[in-house]
Amino acid sequence: MGELELRKMTYRDAVREGLREALQKDERVFLIGEDVGRYGGCFAVSKGLLDEFGSERIRDTPLSESAFTGAGIGAALGGMRPIVEIMTVNFSLLALDQIMNNAATYLHMSGGQFNVPLVIRMATGGGKQLAAQHSHSLEGWYTHIPGIKVLCPATLEDARGMLWSALIDPDPVLIFEPAVLYPMEGELAERAAAVNIDRAKVHREGKDLSLISYGSCLHKCLDAAVILAEKGIEVDLLDLRTLRPLDTESFLASVAKTHRALIVDEGWRSGSLSAEISARIMEQAFYQLDAPVERICSAEVPMPYAKHMEEAALPQVTTIVETARRMVHG
Amino acid sequence: MIEAEIRTTIINELTQIAPEADFEELSPTENIREELDIDSFDFLNFLISLDDKLGVEIPESDYEKLISMDDLIGYLQERID
Amino acid sequence: MADFIMPSLGADMTTGILVNWLVEVGDQVKHGDSIAEVETAKGLFEVEVFNAGVVDQILVQPGSEEIAVGTVLATIAEGDAADVAPTPTPAPTKIAERRQISPVAHRLAAENHIDLSQIEGTGSQGVICLADIERAIGGTVREKVPHLSAEPKKTTDFKAGVRQAIAAAMSLSNREIPHYYLATDIDMSRSLRWLEEQNRQRSIRERLLPVVLPLKAVALALGKVPELNAYWVDGELQLKQAVDIGFAITLRGGGLMTPALHNVDQLSLDQLMTALSDLITRTRSGKLRGSEMTDAGMTVTGLGDLGVRTVYGVIYPPQVALVGLGKIAEQPWAEEGALSVRPVLTATLAADHRAGDGHQGGQFLDALNHFLQEPENL
Repeated sequence: MGELELRKMTYRDAVREGLREALQKDERVFLIGEDVGRYGGCFAVSKGLLDEFGSERIRDTPLSESAFTGAGIGAALGGMRPIVEIMTVNFSLLALDQIMNNAATYLHMSGGQFNVPLVIRMATGGGKQLAAQHSHSLEGWYTHIPGIKVLCPATLEDARGMLWSALIDPDPVLIFEPAVLYPMEGELAERAAAVNIDRAKVHREGKDLSLISYGSCLHKCLDAAVILAEKGIEVDLLDLRTLRPLDTESFLASVAKTHRALIVDEGWRSGSLSAEISARIMEQAFYQLDAPVERICSAEVPMPYAKHMEEAALPQVTTIVETARRMVHG
Repeated sequence: MIEAEIRTTIINELTQIAPEADFEELSPTENIREELDIDSFDFLNFLISLDDKLGVEIPESDYEKLISMDDLIGYLQERID
Repeated sequence: MADFIMPSLGADMTTGILVNWLVEVGDQVKHGDSIAEVETAKGLFEVEVFNAGVVDQILVQPGSEEIAVGTVLATIAEGDAADVAPTPTPAPTKIAERRQISPVAHRLAAENHIDLSQIEGTGSQGVICLADIERAIGGTVREKVPHLSAEPKKTTDFKAGVRQAIAAAMSLSNREIPHYYLATDIDMSRSLRWLEEQNRQRSIRERLLPVVLPLKAVALALGKVPELNAYWVDGELQLKQAVDIGFAITLRGGGLMTPALHNVDQLSLDQLMTALSDLITRTRSGKLRGSEMTDAGMTVTGLGDLGVRTVYGVIYPPQVALVGLGKIAEQPWAEEGALSVRPVLTATLAADHRAGDGHQGGQFLDALNHFLQEPENL
């Protein structure tokens, strides 16, 4: 009973529900990372889980990203289903060698003998005045690596449901949770189901412009879409959800309909995921385009600390609206 | 040449034109051209191939004598040396 | 530099599949050389190149995707070709004068034969955009732009594909062309007697089929009434120079194609018989050339082998006429007060009433009859 009843909760609660369910369903699953146990998680995601599941299943570690990520890889090779929590993507750089050179390569280097069924969760993104070293959006950068999957849940449903699908995947999956979304409120069924991790999702249908985004920028796009609709511009809004592999078919189909594409990506413009998407649209839907593909990305500066400066550096709703209008009306 | 051989040759050549035809079903007295949906172009090619294989050149004036399989076999038998 | 584009091989064709290239980059090509193999619902065709020169770049690789008509498939660097008017290529210093047009607008313009030099671009910086082409066509044509995720029902069954193509063309014709019909009975006794004599003197391999006579006569009659050898395009009659006649050929197991015989008025009866023979063979074995699908200025359909006496046909757009030939059958014939029996061919003309009228049609059938009374001059 109550399985389909909608409950008010936050994105953070949804992630926690996903973790609890995974820990309950499969005893091979355990959570490992800094402050995940006694502290209840830096973002309070794992609050209460230590009491519920004990210290073998919820494991606090020292400040040692490379070591505990490596331990996670080892545990996965040994038959466990670890969820490694790296506090934020900023610190994942210390575990980059483990991720890129070990987790991502073992299947290939072992000639198909060793899978690494590892899930790594990381908070990502700026907007909280955490300045240059703690505001990165590197999920797009990670999509450069063959051998891993990269997901970015933007909705409660995905925050809850992507984890299980990631756990049953035999290969490494990176899940990027936009930190600004943790307090976002919404509704979710008590026992929401696992969701697919290979398809984009259309949030709005329209014929004037394809608006392609993911993560926290998706919500800025949703707000922009409402404003644009009032101005008579109907956008086709896509949440990518999976960044590697990209659901290319979905955005090509959208461009075939609208003939214009605008990509909103919190990463820095140069060499970003939006550049990859733009290239694919050019390669595979060139004859559908009525205007060049455009991108709104973060300004190419280390993230400022001052609030107004940080706002100016990040993609904002007003920029999205202005760019879309210019693209449609010329 | 015996009748069976002539019949086989005819069927082989007709099969080139009408590959889907069922020659078991074809009655020896039915109008071949109608039954197998063979037009004048096909028919001419058929006669040319009979000339190739059997050495019998059939003049236009004899077309009306060649309605059925029996007619064809009879006609050719008389003229093959 | 000239573009080699995905051609339209029929009024209803919007996409084709590039199956094979018959040339490589660097190959010299002449006007009319076969350059690629394209598959449409109607089958596999060799496509000829219009421009002479050297193959410069191959832009699309063979594959199984449908490519829109008008898509540039390759570029030809034009060499000195005697029979092709050189297209002016902009010198490098003139890049600023190059017209800017968005890819989808460019494609739509090509598909609809829009002259880009007449279009003013309203996009930013004067770019010609989709809306500009839509305006030129008159109305929104976005519905015609193929939606990637909503493809028209594809059929891998070739016969069903041919059926679909015929259905599309015939529906279009019926919808848009106001047909008028004329019929005439032609005494074929002289022609048939002459033909019999001819065939008696020839080996079986050189035998002429009866249809060759009216076919040649049609070509000559078009010389008298050239307005029937024409296309009706955008409200205008465009006369064709060459007398290329489409001939209706049935396919085994269903389906009809009407590929063109070229320059029929200039062929002797023997040459016409050879050309017809070759065409029927290639049509039934799926080896037609692209130009054969589009060159006909008028079509002849003869159901003379069945018992049909009179054919009321449907014109193939953008042509303006169709000649139907019925079965030559013995009919009572009254001439100079006396009754006799003659072999009679009922010839019909279906023609586009926008492009001409009964008087013209009557003149044509008259001429046809006249030519068939003098078979030795065919």
